[in-house]
Order: sequence, then structure tokens, then C-alpha cells
Amino acid sequence: MTTQFSARTVDLSSSTVRALNQALHDLKSRADATRWQILNPRGVHAIAVGVDADVVIEIDGDVGYYCAGMNKRATVIINGNTGIGLGENMMSGLIYVKGDASEAVGATAHGGAIVIEGNASGRCGISMKGVDIIVKGSIGSMSAFMAQTGTLTVFGDAGDSLGDSIYEAKLYVRGSVKSLGADCIEKPMEDRHRAELFAKLKAAGVAGEIDVGEFRRYGSARNLYHFHVDNAGAY
Amino acid sequence: MCGIVGLFLKDPALEPELGKHLAVMLETMTARGPDSAGFAVYGAGAPDRIKITLRTPALFDVESFGLALASSLGADVDLVRRDTHIVVSVPGSAVESARAAIRELAPELSLSSIGAHMELYKDVGLPADVAKRFDLSGMSGTHGIGHTRMATESAVTTAGAHPFSTGKDQCLVHNGSLSNHNQLRRRLIREGISFSTENDTEVAAGYLSWRLAEGDSLGDALEASLNDLDGFYTFVVGTDTGFGVLRDPIACKHAVMAETDQYVAFGTEYRALSSLPGIEKARIFEPDPATVYFWDRAA
Repeated sequence: MTTQFSARTVDLSSSTVRALNQALHDLKSRADATRWQILNPRGVHAIAVGVDADVVIEIDGDVGYYCAGMNKRATVIINGNTGIGLGENMMSGLIYVKGDASEAVGATAHGGAIVIEGNASGRCGISMKGVDIIVKGSIGSMSAFMAQTGTLTVFGDAGDSLGDSIYEAKLYVRGSVKSLGADCIEKPMEDRHRAELFAKLKAAGVAGEIDVGEFRRYGSARNLYHFHVDNAGAY
Repeated sequence: MCGIVGLFLKDPALEPELGKHLAVMLETMTARGPDSAGFAVYGAGAPDRIKITLRTPALFDVESFGLALASSLGADVDLVRRDTHIVVSVPGSAVESARAAIRELAPELSLSSIGAHMELYKDVGLPADVAKRFDLSGMSGTHGIGHTRMATESAVTTAGAHPFSTGKDQCLVHNGSLSNHNQLRRRLIREGISFSTENDTEVAAGYLSWRLAEGDSLGDALEASLNDLDGFYTFVVGTDTGFGVLRDPIACKHAVMAETDQYVAFGTEYRALSSLPGIEKARIFEPDPATVYFWDRAA
């Protein structure tokens, strides 16, 4: 018996993103094309947005804005760099980026995981709501702004104003933090945090690459949750 | 919105193709700015000659104007027409008298730019059409910057299109919008800077011109603008020897750069860079907020 497994290749130099995304949306729970390969993305926007299917989508090249936005269940692999808003409002699934990512990685994303092999730019994890983001390089300024829940793990350094106005997201940074934003503080790294971090790295398949003992933890001081006139200057 | 592109060549072998690459980059940014487009190209100059780029009204008699200007200056004047623009080349020593003579002979002309190398073209219309009208793809040069405009702050007019000239061989393009431009315009008018539009970017250009006239270097003038300009912006400035980039302190407006052994390129979006030669091996990066960058060739 042969397994019903077929790969589809879509070349974006001859096909439109609209047609590609429609084909991906039409998959729903069909399992007849579980692996997609996308060629020649050349920085165009909105590739593989709104997918809700158990498929693996591999994109060979650099993508533009909002790639894999609103993703549900799919694994999206980008063999290149990504533009702004990668995985915006993702619900579940996995996004893996071989190169660097631009601003606002995983903005407002509710679930799933995003792994960036290179660096991520500013506003990484802005308003994240449950996603687990792992950046093997460094992240830019204003990252985890108003981050609500989920984890942001950075193997390298973080830029200015990390975690400004943060809620309950957990930030693990191995390198230096240029500055912390309003209401974001360093917190003790205890065994349970190391265990949580190890579990997240393991789930993303990168445990063992790095010692969880080298990370520091940052989170909310919880002073700005409710308006208090004494804090007016901090908003 | 608005789109910016810039290309600075390190490899002289690419110079004949500057316009060709810039035209493709500009057209790729059409979705960000479909209402007008413009570009400044730094091409070959002639020793001791200065190029004055002028915008003409429809049905302007270029030939008679050229003859009248030459006789008024008592010097040879070269004139090249490109659609609605003309480039007048005059002896370097005659620039001021040429400007006065132009105002006298043809007050209906608008000054686009002055420079030993820079020519500055802009018009309303789709970027591809604007580039075609001026034959951008046929231009050669060492570097150039371009802009596609989606107007937000003032009317869609040729004068409101970018780039804006900030001085000899210098120009500015802008993506974003300034919130204190009216106040700053009033302040600059008191300092003797004149304005011809209600456009916010013209104020930024006027601000840089003023700082340069006060003795700032272009880098210092850009640093000073971080304190005096309020709003969001990515600026690209063209100079005789290269270009500079500055983003506002929260980097509201997108910017991506690519560098190879052959060139440094700027794009509002990566798409604009995607057809450059060797892009797949280029170093791709984003300029940091509130940081002045320059790419210059050694003088």
C-alpha cells in the first residue's frame, strides 16, 4: 500500500498570492496535499495568510509583510528573511524562519510557536497573547510592548524599552537588555522558570542547543495595571 | 504610505544601469504611492559647469528661452529637455546670474534643483509613467534616490511631489507625516526660508537647508532634526557623494537596506530590492531608530 502523500509546488513568479492563499484556504481538513512548496516569493506580502489545515508550507526565499498571519495548525517554514508582522494573530501551528525577521513578529498572536534562526527587529511580540516566540539572534527596540501572555525567549540581546507596559507575558533573555520599558522589571530565575523555558525550547526542537541557566527573566512589576495618578508620568 | 528607494553604486561597472535599476525599484513601490513620483539622479558633470533643473509649463518654447539665456549671460548654455523638465548647464561662475536671468526671462519656470551632478525630476501620475516620461531607465550615474507619493498632508501637485531640493546637489525624500510642520514653517519663514507649498516635507527640506546655511554638516542637521521635527518619518537625503538615512525614534516607517560589494540599496519594502543583481547574497538589514546613517564615496 502506498501512502497518499503528495506535494504541491506553487511558483509565485507565475501564480498570484491570491490564488495560492485561496487554494490553501480550500484545504480545510482535506489531507491530499499535506506538503506545499512555494517558490520565488520575492518579498511579496500576505503569503499563506489565514491557513487552517494540518499542512507543511515551505517557502524558498524572502517574504514580505504578514506572512502566515492568523495561522492555525499549519507549519510554515521560510527559507529566507521575513517582512513586518510575521504570524500576526497566529492561533496555533509553527512558523520557522531561517533568516532574519522584520518588525512586529507574532503581533497579538494567541498560540503556536515562532522560531527565528536569525535576528528579529523592533516590536517583536507586541501585544502577544499566548504565542511562544524564540529568537536565536537578537531583538530590536520596543519588543514585548503590552505583551499579555506567552513567552518571548531571546538567545542574544534585546534593544531599548523591552516589555514596556507588559502584562503577564514571560521574557527570557540570554544576552544584554539595552533598557527596560515602563513597568518591566527583572525577576528571579528559579528552577520552575528554568523548567518552563526548557519545556518551551524542547517543544520547539531547540533544547540542548543552549543552557537554560544562562537566561535572565523579565516581567511585569504590575504597577501600571490600574490607573493611579502617581503613575501618570509613566504612561 | 509613500515609498522610498535609493541606490548607491560602489562598482562603476553598474553606473550605466543606475537608471534602469532605479526605475524598476520605483515602479515596485507603486502600491505605496500611486499619485506622484520623483527621483534625483547623480550623473556625470562637466568641469566647472553647474546643472540647473527647471520645470516648465505646457507649450513652453525651450529653444527661444535657451537663446535668450545664452545672450543674457554672454556664455554658452547647454539645454537638455526631458518632457516637462529642462536641464540647463551653465558655467559654474555664472550660476547666480543665470538664476536671476531665468527669473527675469521666464518667471513661469519652477526651480527643481541646482547641482554639479544632481538632476531632479518629479511629476504627478503613476511611478511607471513618470519614470518613462523622463526616461529614467536610460540614465546613468553613481547614485540616485526616488519616491512614490500617496499624499496625506497636502494636495497632489508636482510641487508637492518628492524629492525636495535642500541645497546644491542635495535633496530629501520623506515617508511619514510631520505634526509640527505649520509651527516650524512659521519659524523658518522668520529665518528667511521661503516655501511654495503647504507640504510637510518641504518644511523638513527647508529646515535642513536652514541648518546647513547656519554651518551644520548634513549629519549634524539630521541629528538636530530629531529634536525639532515631531511626527513620524523615514528620511533619505541625497548628497553629491552618497546618501543618508534617518528614521524617527520609534521607527514608525519601514525601511530595509541591502549591501553587496557592488552597491548599497534602500527600500521602504524589501520587494523594491528584490530584483537587484546579487540580492540573494546581499547583507539585508534595517536601519536603527534615531540613528543617522551615511553611505559616501571618498571625495
